[in-house]
Amino acid sequence: MTALAALPVLLPILGAALAVVVSTSVLAQRILALTTLGSMVVVAAVLLVRADRSGPVVIALGGWAPPVGIALVADRLAALLLLVSTLVALAVLGYAISQRIADYGRRMASSTFYPTYLVLSAGVSLAYLSGDLFTLFVSFEIMLTASYVLLTRRTSVQTIRAGMTYVIVSLLSSLLFLTAVAMVYAATATVNLADLSERVDALPPGLRTVLALMFVVVFGIKAAMVPLHFWLPDSYPNAPAPVTALFAGLLTKVSFYAMVRTQTLLFPHDRPWTLMLWLAVATMLVGALGALAQNDLNRLLSFLLVSHIGFMLFGLAVFDARGLSGATLYAAHHITVLATLFLVGGLITRRTGTVALDRMGGLAATSPALAVLFAIPALTLAGLPPTAGFVAKLQLLQAGAGAGVGPTAVAAVVIAASFLTLFALTKVWVRAFWGRARPTVEDPDPHDELEVGTARTPWPMYAATAGLVAVSLAIAVFAGPLSAMTGRAGEDLIARVPYRVAVLGDADR
Amino acid sequence: MITPTINLLMALTVGGLYAVGFYLLLQRSLMRVLIGVVVLGHGTNLLLQLVGGPPARAPIVGSAPADTFADPLPQALALTAVVITFALTTFLLALSYRSFVLLGHDEVQDDLEDRRIARRGGPAAPLHQDAGPDGRTEDER
Repeated sequence: MTALAALPVLLPILGAALAVVVSTSVLAQRILALTTLGSMVVVAAVLLVRADRSGPVVIALGGWAPPVGIALVADRLAALLLLVSTLVALAVLGYAISQRIADYGRRMASSTFYPTYLVLSAGVSLAYLSGDLFTLFVSFEIMLTASYVLLTRRTSVQTIRAGMTYVIVSLLSSLLFLTAVAMVYAATATVNLADLSERVDALPPGLRTVLALMFVVVFGIKAAMVPLHFWLPDSYPNAPAPVTALFAGLLTKVSFYAMVRTQTLLFPHDRPWTLMLWLAVATMLVGALGALAQNDLNRLLSFLLVSHIGFMLFGLAVFDARGLSGATLYAAHHITVLATLFLVGGLITRRTGTVALDRMGGLAATSPALAVLFAIPALTLAGLPPTAGFVAKLQLLQAGAGAGVGPTAVAAVVIAASFLTLFALTKVWVRAFWGRARPTVEDPDPHDELEVGTARTPWPMYAATAGLVAVSLAIAVFAGPLSAMTGRAGEDLIARVPYRVAVLGDADR
Repeated sequence: MITPTINLLMALTVGGLYAVGFYLLLQRSLMRVLIGVVVLGHGTNLLLQLVGGPPARAPIVGSAPADTFADPLPQALALTAVVITFALTTFLLALSYRSFVLLGHDEVQDDLEDRRIARRGGPAAPLHQDAGPDGRTEDER
C-alpha cells in the first residue's frame, strides 16, 4: 500500500508522456488529462485518510532505505494540500478545456498544453511528497519549467515581457536554492529531511541561522513574500485565465509548504519567530495597499494573493501547533479561493472584453450568475463569517492572541489587512457589478486564439468555477473535522518525531 | 560528521563566478542577463561539486579501499543540476530570441501598468513607448 505515495507523481508523468503520443487527437488528450487528474484526486484522498488514521505513508524509491535512498512522504500536511491542489487543478482543467473548445473549435489540437499541464501537476505532487532537499529542488524545477512554457505559449509582446521577468527571477531563486542545498550538504553530509532534522541540531548556532535564512530567501522569492514579491503582480496577470488561476492556486502555496517543511523540521524555534512576524506584517500590508491602487482586475487579485501569503507566514511565525494548524487551514482555503477568483476574473474579461475596472459596469444586472460566482469567493477571501476564510483566520487570530505581545499585535494587523482586502474587493464590486451597464469592449485582436468581449460563454466554464466555489463552501461546512485534523498536523510539525520515525523507521529516535 | 576542507583557490573561483553572475543579472540587456544566469549556474554547480570534499579515488566497489573513495552524492547532484541549468538556459535563449524578433531590441521592458500608476502620482518623465508588432503602442489598444 505504500506504493500509493508514488502514484500522485507517476500518474501525471505517464499521462503527460501518453498525451504527447496521442497529440494528433485532441479528444484523446482531453480525456487522458481529465482521467489522470481525476484519479490523482482519488489517490490523494486515500492518502489523506491513511495519513490521518495510521501516520505518514512513506515509500523508499527503488528499495533503497532512507537516508541513503529517496523517500516520498505523505503526512497529514502534505496529503491535505495535495488533495486540495489536485482538486483545483482538475477544476481549472475543466475550465480550460471548455474555453479551448469554445475558442478554437473541437478539432484544434495542441501538442503542448495538456502534457505541460500534467507535468506541472507532477511537479506540484512531487514537491509536496519529497522527503529530501534535492528531490524538492528537482520538483520545483519540474513545476517551474512547465510553468514557463504555460506562461509563454502565446507569444505576444506582453507575455514575453512578463515571462522574461518570471523566468529570470525563478531561475535566480532556483540557483540560490541549489546553493543552499550544497551548503547544507557541506555542513551535514546528508540531504534527507528526516536525517537533517537530527544533524542540524548539532551545528553551531551561527551556521544554523545562515542556512535558515537562505531557505527563507529562496522560498520567500518563490512564495512572493514581501520584499521579494515584485515579480508576481508583474507576470501573473499576463497569462490566460486558467493558467493564471493554476499558478495563483498552486505555485506560491507549494513554496509556502516548502518553507513550513524546512523551517519546522530543520530550524525549529520554541517561541514566536520575530523576523517572520515582521515579514508577515510587511507582506499583508504591502499586498493589500498595492491592491487598492490597481485598476486592472487581474493585477488587483495578484496583489491580494501576495497580501494573503502574509496571513500564512503569520501562522508560521507564531511557531506553535495552533499557529501551524491555522496556516495549514489557511493554505487549503487560499488555494481554492484564489484559483476561483482568477477564473471568475477570466469570465468577467470574457464577458466585458477588458480587464480595466473603469471600463466595466452593471454586470450584476446583465450577468447575475457571474455576480454570485464572484461574491462568494470574494467574501471568503475577505474572511467574513460563515465562510472558510473566517474559520481559518479565526484559528490564526486565536493562535496569535495566545502567544504573547508581538503575535497579538500582528493579529491586529491581520484584522486590518482583512478590512483592506474587503475594501479592494468592494471596489471591484462597485465598479464592475453595480452602476450603469457599459458597452462591451471590442476584442482588440479578433484573430488571436483568445476570444474576449463575447456573451457566448459555454456552461462548463461556469460549472468548473462553481465547482471550486463548492469546494471552498465545503471547507466551511466541514470546518470542524478539518481543523481538528490540521490541529493534529500542527502538533506533528512541532513534535518532529512522527516524521523522523516514519521515514527512518527507528523507534529509539 | 564530515568537515569538508575546501581549496581556497576553488572557493575564490566560486565567489568570483557568483559576483560576475549577479553583476550581469543586473544589466538591462537580455543577452547579458542570460550570460549572468549561465555564469551563476556554473558557480553553483562548482560549489555543489566542491562540497563533497577533496578529490579522491573513483567510488567503484573493488577498485580501491572504501575509505579512499570520493563522495559520489554531490557529483550525482551536480550532474542533475547541470542538466537542469542547461535546459533552462536553452529555453531562456529561445525566449530572448523571441523577444528580439517581436521588439527589435533585446532590452528588459518596463511594466506599463507600473508606469501608469507611477505617472498618476505626479509629473513623471515622458513614457518611452514601445510599438507592438501591429504598430500601435500599448496605450492605444
